[in-house]
Amino acid sequence: MKKIATVLTAASLVIAPFALQAAPEQDLKEFREYYFKKFPDTPKDDFINGVYSIDPPSREQWEAFEDFPSYEIYVDKGEEIFNKPFANGKGFADCFPDYKKGVRQNYPYFDTQNDEVVTLEAAINKCLIDNGEKPFKHKTGNLAYVSGYIAYLSRGNTFNIKVPDDPEAIAAYNRGKKHFYAKRGQLNMACADCHYNYAGSRIRADILSPALGHPTGFPVYRNKWAGESAKGDGMGTLHRRYGGCNKQVRAKPFKPQSDEYKALEYFHTYMSNGLEVNGPSQRK
Amino acid sequence: MRRTAHLIKTSVSATVLMGCLGMIVPLTASAADAAEIAKGKELAFDRKKGNCLACHYIEGGTLAGNIGPPLVAMKARFPDYEKMKAQIADPRTQNPNTIMIPFGPHKVLTAEEIELVSQFIYTL
Ligand code: HEC
Ligand code: HEC
Repeated sequence: MKKIATVLTAASLVIAPFALQAAPEQDLKEFREYYFKKFPDTPKDDFINGVYSIDPPSREQWEAFEDFPSYEIYVDKGEEIFNKPFANGKGFADCFPDYKKGVRQNYPYFDTQNDEVVTLEAAINKCLIDNGEKPFKHKTGNLAYVSGYIAYLSRGNTFNIKVPDDPEAIAAYNRGKKHFYAKRGQLNMACADCHYNYAGSRIRADILSPALGHPTGFPVYRNKWAGESAKGDGMGTLHRRYGGCNKQVRAKPFKPQSDEYKALEYFHTYMSNGLEVNGPSQRK
Repeated sequence: MRRTAHLIKTSVSATVLMGCLGMIVPLTASAADAAEIAKGKELAFDRKKGNCLACHYIEGGTLAGNIGPPLVAMKARFPDYEKMKAQIADPRTQNPNTIMIPFGPHKVLTAEEIELVSQFIYTL
């Protein structure tokens, strides 16, 4: 009930641009406090580790995996692709001049010129298109490798997503927030049902991870995304995961890099402000 | 929590036992019931149907989740069968923001399937 009220308040604020700035900040504060209270044993900076931040038994196994991470060769691949010059002689470094210092923590941001949310994956593909190259296909492969390489160089930087005082930016943030809390699919469940209200509970044998810190480790290498049946090498972007979670509740997933998922990522990542970049990560 | 559940369970078993001793149920009817209850159990456990185990402990099921309360001592918790069935058909009537699936209105289960699942659950 209370949540519905919050969503409504946020929506009605769109009409009053001057009071806007406080809303996302207030959301962030409440969101975070909720998880800190729910998981008092988890150090605040540890939420970047998904379900492993709240489940010591599986954490042990995961730490063993992280000693020889499966994503490592894909970070190397990403580096190779990143450094390969385009046909016009330019390269990714021209689009991401600060990549060595790390830029992952600034994505997604709101582009007030074009009124759109810019995700890291969209920026990578835009770089290709602007330079006369073919964009990478979504969700897996080269896009996940390059995104993984950029994330890797950004490790340790803290997320710093901004919602500028701009009605379109606030609207995008609110669309993402609405997606997060809205019930959907034949099974009628919201992201918030599983990753907010029941974070820490078991759905079948799976422990539900807190949404706080969700995006920090993306892209991820997932065992489930590797091998014959998954038709992949394990690497996947955040929007691939969104699609999977939408499907679980028998909802039709949105397209990767659709406005809907970009807005969701905007809200979702804003909620992790102040947490460290730790992508790519290993998941089961 | 655990102790309460256990106590209730014990008292229910006693009730069931007394029912058996009474021998009031005609044999033919109970045979039909057994088949229906087996069908209801199958539907409840089927991941593509009820998948109740995703959220509830149910005796006889494996890898149960714990989002919802364990489904034990149902007769004690729901003296009125119809009320329990209504909860299964559309839990939103009790809790508008529930995570539990609106099995009836969202056509995850048919009315007949809800009846079968409910009969099985009521034996727990
Ligand atoms: C029916 C329950 C359910 C719903 C609804 C759901 N998820 Fe998930 N989600 C899971 C499970 C189970 C996992 C795997 C275990 C885990 O990490 O939580 C998962 C994993 C994730 C992960 C990966 C976390 C990590 O650390 O690797 C992200 C991100 C995520 N979900 C986001 C979402 C978003 C956004 C939505 C709504 C669009 C959503 N989920 C809806 C069950 C759900
Ligand atoms: C996604 C999670 C989920 C699934 C799947 C689910 N339930 Fe529930 N159920 C709950 C929750 C949570 C409650 C507690 C009440 C509430 O929050 O609405 C509940 C409550 C109940 C209750 C009331 C228990 C009581 O003592 O008050 C019954 C009966 C019940 N569920 C039966 C079922 C049956 C039968 C199925 C499968 C056909 C099922 N549930 C599937 C989550 C679930």
